[in-house]
Amino acid sequence: MIRSTSVVLALAVAACASSNLAVDTRAKVSETSSVERGRYLVQAMDCATCHTPFTMGPNGPEPDATRFLSGHPESVKITSAPKLDAPWGMAGSMTNTAWAGPWGVSFTMNLTPDDETGLGKWTFDEFQMAMRTGRHLGRGRPILPPMPSQAVGSLNEEDLRAVYDYLKSVPAIKNRVPDPLPPASAQ
Amino acid sequence: MSARRLRTGASIAVALVALGTAWAKSPPSTAARASNACDGAAVATTAASTPIDLDATGLSADATHTRPADGVLSFTPQYPLWSDGAAKRRWIRLPRGTSIDASDPDHWVFPVGTRLWKEFSFGRRVETRLIERVTEREWSFATYVWNEDGSKATLAPARGVRGACESRPGVRYDVPGVIDCGSCHLNRASVVLGFSALQLSGDRDPLAPHAETPGEGDVDLARLVERGLVRNLPRSFVETPPRIAAPSSTERAVVGYLHANCGACHASSTPLASLGLDLEYSIADAARGTAPAATRTTISVVSSSSLRTGAPKTRVVPGHPETSVLWERLATTNPYTRMPPLGVHVVDDEGAALVERWIRSDLAPKTAPESTPR
Repeated sequence: MIRSTSVVLALAVAACASSNLAVDTRAKVSETSSVERGRYLVQAMDCATCHTPFTMGPNGPEPDATRFLSGHPESVKITSAPKLDAPWGMAGSMTNTAWAGPWGVSFTMNLTPDDETGLGKWTFDEFQMAMRTGRHLGRGRPILPPMPSQAVGSLNEEDLRAVYDYLKSVPAIKNRVPDPLPPASAQ
Repeated sequence: MSARRLRTGASIAVALVALGTAWAKSPPSTAARASNACDGAAVATTAASTPIDLDATGLSADATHTRPADGVLSFTPQYPLWSDGAAKRRWIRLPRGTSIDASDPDHWVFPVGTRLWKEFSFGRRVETRLIERVTEREWSFATYVWNEDGSKATLAPARGVRGACESRPGVRYDVPGVIDCGSCHLNRASVVLGFSALQLSGDRDPLAPHAETPGEGDVDLARLVERGLVRNLPRSFVETPPRIAAPSSTERAVVGYLHANCGACHASSTPLASLGLDLEYSIADAARGTAPAATRTTISVVSSSSLRTGAPKTRVVPGHPETSVLWERLATTNPYTRMPPLGVHVVDDEGAALVERWIRSDLAPKTAPESTPR
């Protein structure tokens, strides 16, 4: 009995050593590469639902896979927020990429690595600081609701790096997302 | 103990060590870690040792805060930062016997223990900010909010105080959160802003927007060097106080204004260097005859920012401020595109007017003289 216990324990140790001490259940689902882990995290955090425009398909509104993670379409012009009466305080566009609320109107960003209109030129530091501080490029204007930057910003550095690496690996799409609109009171 | 038991015990021990090591690799706390001026991903923090009361920080000699404590020196930069019109006072204290190393004339190195305070007032004192070099690698950031009767200032919460007062009727003034401090102060090795050879030069720019008259007891560059508080500054800057080199007095004031209001983030040595917008003025570069980066990276230069509507814009279009994105973002009423992006709720009309005048008149393409009739 003791002999078999020793064998079991030794095998357990060997298993731990061979998988880099990966007792953490997350590692069982993902591959070892950072991009693959990033794919898993982006899928699990459901970034695409807001950052990919919805179009009307045979089954109703669905994300347009040809514009994956490219943010609010530049062809959809929005110049003002809808008027909302209490208890309603927030509204989203049919594309699911424009959001109106007390902050004004925000548009989901192009997360593809396009140099001119997406994350192409963003460094990992800028991305990490943006998520950690909730400010554009880590220093600028606040990242507006409903972006849950505090949730993404709570990832550890390795996981944030994985998200960044994955975003840099998706097809680059040129799409110039408009600037946010301030609340009516600020105009 | 039998050999069998020892082997079992050893197996258990090794397994426990293996599991323990694996579980040690858990996500780090999201609480702000120690700031590091050399790390682009640093987040500003307040040192645990920071007092709750401003009284205890060593700024004042008396409880009424009318006299600075021994060793605390007041100063007034020639190009003040626009903060919605707040009246300001500023002080520095170096630990006894220490000095600032100015071998790099643009980026001074401050000794451990340096403290700087900056007071903001709108009719009454609203906040006093404190920066301290706590260790070689760590700076502490804090701000103290004054009560209504001005008798006491208490450490603000880490998130700051939104709407601490009104800067003018209907416009709120926010006391920044500690993370906001890092937005401007943790961009490069030089954490201190506004206390530099250029800002304290005795050759003060008469056209600097919102210019403040130095107080009688203020230190400036010459006094600091005389007293041995600033050392190793290249001799040329001691003999000839630094001054922005520019072809006109307007451009001199513009370059100084941009340096003070924008250069903390927009410089070649900051994490935003990839934007290619360098508004920090280098007296060392000027001494070598290099044109200011501010003009080189703006005039007729197309912005690479990816968050603009329509086509990419030119930062400064000579003669046309209305199509120059640099001026547009200084003067806009849209709080989401306005620059600077924090610490400002009201456009600086004087600063924007100066930049507009520079672009429209100073930089206007000169028309060719009419040919003389034969």
